[in-house]
Amino acid sequence: MKRIYVREEWCLGCHLCEYECAFACSGEKNMVHALKGKSIHPRIRVEDGTGIHFAVNCRHCTDMPCVKGCIAGALSRDEHGMVVIDKNKCVGCYTCVTLCPYGAIMPDGEGKAAQKCMLCTDNGLTEPNCVKHCPNNAIVFEDRG
Amino acid sequence: MIPFFVYPEYEVVRDYDRCISCRVCERQCANEVHAYDEKLGKMVADNTKCVNCHRCVCLCPTHALKIKKSEDTYKINANWDNALITEVHRQADTGGVLLSSMGNPKPYPVYWDKMLVNASQVTNPSIDPLREPMETTVFLGKKTANVVRDANGKIKDTMSPQLKLKTPILFSAMSYGSISYNAHESLARAAEELGIYYNTGEGGLHRDFYKYGKNTIVQVASGRFGVHSEYLETAAAIEIKMGQGAKPGIGGHLPGAKITDEVSNTRMIPKGVDAISPAPHHDIYSIEDLRQLIFSLKEATAYKKPVIVKIAAVHNVAAIASGIARSGADILAIDGYRGGTGAAPTRIRDNVGIPIELALASVDQRLREEGIRDNVSVVAAGSIRSSGDLVKAIALGADACYIGSAALLALGCHLCRSCHAGKCNWGIATQVPELVKRLNPEIGSKRLVNLVHAWTHELQEMMGGMGINSIEALRGNRLMLRGIGLTEKELSVLGIRHAGE
Repeated sequence: MKRIYVREEWCLGCHLCEYECAFACSGEKNMVHALKGKSIHPRIRVEDGTGIHFAVNCRHCTDMPCVKGCIAGALSRDEHGMVVIDKNKCVGCYTCVTLCPYGAIMPDGEGKAAQKCMLCTDNGLTEPNCVKHCPNNAIVFEDRG
Repeated sequence: MIPFFVYPEYEVVRDYDRCISCRVCERQCANEVHAYDEKLGKMVADNTKCVNCHRCVCLCPTHALKIKKSEDTYKINANWDNALITEVHRQADTGGVLLSSMGNPKPYPVYWDKMLVNASQVTNPSIDPLREPMETTVFLGKKTANVVRDANGKIKDTMSPQLKLKTPILFSAMSYGSISYNAHESLARAAEELGIYYNTGEGGLHRDFYKYGKNTIVQVASGRFGVHSEYLETAAAIEIKMGQGAKPGIGGHLPGAKITDEVSNTRMIPKGVDAISPAPHHDIYSIEDLRQLIFSLKEATAYKKPVIVKIAAVHNVAAIASGIARSGADILAIDGYRGGTGAAPTRIRDNVGIPIELALASVDQRLREEGIRDNVSVVAAGSIRSSGDLVKAIALGADACYIGSAALLALGCHLCRSCHAGKCNWGIATQVPELVKRLNPEIGSKRLVNLVHAWTHELQEMMGGMGINSIEALRGNRLMLRGIGLTEKELSVLGIRHAGE
């Protein structure tokens, strides 16, 4: 399955991916309409340290502690191996948020359910928006087996 | 004494209807122009720090930024323009020599733009490069192979070593130190993929790039930085740098701040100490001395590699070229006064040297008249801005062209001409690790490959239009050029007729 991989050596810490993610998931066609004057709740987050930057989002890992821990059956793994969330089933207990070792699941903007990266399959895009707009190819979408 | 306040030359204009305060501009500006003002609740800019590199403009996701020329002006004066007044003030403040980067920006005539290219109509057929062969491969090197036979009457191979280029373009000399590791890697990878060459400049060759040796020209300059036998052995050709178009007659000065661990190792000089290239080579005071260095380098590399001699285009360039063509050099590179630099004294860059168009024409003419044109290949440099300039340069007599500024533009350079400050926001002319990583060589090399492919296609189209199917047939073919708006003298130096003639 193709996954999003982050290459730390090329991440500039510009945080554009966060804004592109929030825009992609907003349903708006214009970034200004989507983000102007609003606080954003992206599904990808850039961790910054001294001289180091690294974007983090769901790795669709195989041991899936989030899926195992979900009390509502909202999280599952689809036939391709992608970890998906069904927000209609999510009860907002945030067990998954505490279980994810990468911090890749977080409460959504409304604070009533969890959200995670769906590889832009849930917003009508053909490729993940963070990958498409990363100015330095630090985020790639590849099948590494 | 406090320096005079100088109103900034350029201003950041932010469209607050579009700005989403994402702060990407703030994070990407090494000059710290942008900041988020908590009290105002919006982004603000300090124009005094802006160098107009357009990094923020390019990365702003909502296109809320633009840079405009400031309207602030001193009282208009046709003699004392604003820049001159400001420069005098700066020198009175500091007592220093003014520094500048990249090529001469002054409004001198650009002869490329005063020449027009021919095309076939009716009586001679044009060629469609998409359907018929169109050869852009060139070989650089001495072409004076005498026919010598062995005892059995078989012809001996006496051909001097040649450089094979798939298209008549090379990347100009830009040293590791003046440009970044990632910029060098981009150039090296692109040269390999394109079947052309890049040039190390005078800063030595980083160990990591020895694998690109067959596409590398190594430079030996007056500072002799990083020159050792393995360096020479690794390369495809060796270039002796006698001069640079941007600063003829003077040497180079790389500030100690740019001499990082890696640059220090590569240049074989102490870390943090300024790298000074002397103005002359201290062992070269004549063509005979130059010949000694050429043959020292040939001897050191078993006569397997062509030796290039690069000179700046100066007043008596034709006579100097004649000497070089007789000195044993295989290739002569001439760098015009618009050539780029990582740092040069402003007054030298803006006032010294002559245009490459005139220098190239007079050198080609002189070498032909003396019957020694085939002793050397001629490479033209110094602001070849497009495939149009390339075609005209070849028609004036060049075998190939060096491109430096155009290559840097492909890598992201926006010609802000602040290389000497060492804080290049595009990761090119800097050694600051956080800035260097902004240039990913995967992207950089791809952009360079795209540029050279595009120019090659255009070159083929223009050659086809002229009914010419090889660079050989275009080289020195001045009938393919006509001048427009040029004086008799300019036409005679260029060796071309006026349009309509």
